[in-house]
Amino acid sequence: MSELLVHRGGLHTTVQDIGRDGHYSLGIPPSGAMDQYSYRVANMLVGNPDGAAALEVTYVGPRIEFTDDRYVAVTGAEAAVTVNSEPVERWSTLTVRAGDVLDFAMLTAGARPYIAVSGGIGVDSYLGSRSTYTLTGLGGFQGRALKNDDRLPLGDDSVAPPTVGSTVPEKLRPTFPEVATLRTMIGLCSYRITDESMREFTEVPWKVTKDADRIGYRLRGGSLRFVDRKVPHGAGSDPANVVDLGYPIGSIQVPGGDEPIVLLNDAVTAGGYATVGTVVSVDRDTIAQTKSGDQVRFEPVDLDAALAARRDRRERLERTRESLRR
Amino acid sequence: MATIKAAIPGVFYRRPAPTEDPYVQAGDTIVPGQTIALIEVMKNFNEVKAEQAGTVAGFLVEDGDEVSIGEDIVELKN
Repeated sequence: MSELLVHRGGLHTTVQDIGRDGHYSLGIPPSGAMDQYSYRVANMLVGNPDGAAALEVTYVGPRIEFTDDRYVAVTGAEAAVTVNSEPVERWSTLTVRAGDVLDFAMLTAGARPYIAVSGGIGVDSYLGSRSTYTLTGLGGFQGRALKNDDRLPLGDDSVAPPTVGSTVPEKLRPTFPEVATLRTMIGLCSYRITDESMREFTEVPWKVTKDADRIGYRLRGGSLRFVDRKVPHGAGSDPANVVDLGYPIGSIQVPGGDEPIVLLNDAVTAGGYATVGTVVSVDRDTIAQTKSGDQVRFEPVDLDAALAARRDRRERLERTRESLRR
Repeated sequence: MATIKAAIPGVFYRRPAPTEDPYVQAGDTIVPGQTIALIEVMKNFNEVKAEQAGTVAGFLVEDGDEVSIGEDIVELKN
C-alpha cells in the first residue's frame, strides 16, 4: 500500500504542482503552488522531478500517516513540525516509515507550508497538471481540499534524493518581513486613477483582509480616486469599470477605489474592472506567504526588473539545488 | 491562567448567527471539542473548539474583532 492516510485535513490543504498553463482563454486559471519557490525546493529535498505534485497547506497543517518508506520535506511558512510527536527539521530531507505520523503545530510566520513526499502525490493529471482548482472542483484530489480520513495515492518512489539530513541554508529560505514588498508593473488601466492616487497606491501599506485566498487577496489601506470620464461604450457605469479585458495573473483591480484585489493562481480570468498594475510573477511567492492581518506595499518596477527578478529566482533555486549534498 | 488561542487569522464571532445566543458566556463550563466561537476567513466560518476542559473566565477580544494567529481569545479558570 502506498498512500497517505489523512488523519486531519487542516484548514485548506490542496494538491498543487507547477500549474495548469495554457487554458486561461477557456476560463481555466493555472492554479498550482502559490509559493513556487518553497514548493520547488520541497521537491528537490525528496529527489522528485521539478513538476511533482505536493501538498500546499494554508494556516493550519494536516496530520498525515505514511504507509511505506518515503522521503519527506516541509518548506514554506514557519510552523513546528513533528514526526511521531518528535520535532523534526524543516527545509530538510527526512525519512519516514509505515505508521509514522507527520503533524504541525500552530503557524508562527508566513501562511503556507509545503509538504513534498518522494514519488509525489499520485492523483490523476488533468489537462497536464495535478493542481487542484477548488472553485470548479477540477484536478488534484477530487477537485477539493483534503478532509479528515482521506487516503491520498502516492507515485512510484524511485527517486535519488539528497543525503538524509541535507538542509537548505537559512539564506536560501524566504523571509517574512513585517511589510512584504510586491514588485509591480503599473498598467493596464492605471489611466483610470489620478496621478496623486497612483502615488498613494505605491506609498501606503495595504493590509490583507479576511478575504484572502487562492483566487485573490482583498486589501485595505488607501483610498484611490478615479479620473472623470465619459463612460465608453461597453463599460459599466461604475468609475472602476472599463470595457471587459482578460485579467493578468497577479493583476490588481480596485472596485470602489478603496479595496484593491490582487488576483492570484485561481484567478477569475476576465471582467470589467480597471486593473491598475500587476504583481510580478516571482513576487506571487511573497504574497502567498502573507495572511489576513499582514501588510504589503506595491513597488513599481519596469519589465527589465521583472525579468531580472525571474532570473534571480532561477539562480537561487540552482544554488539551493547545489547546496544539497548527494 | 490558561487561554484559548486563535489558530487562524480572521474575524472573531461569538455567535453561530447574528440573531442567536453566544456559544458560551463567562462562567460557563466547557468540555474538550466544544465550539466556543467562530473565526471567519477565506469566505468560511471556522469553528473554534476548546481543547481542554475549564470554566470561561472571560473573553479577551470583542465580537467582530480581527484576530491573528496565536492571539489569546478566551481566558479559562480551572
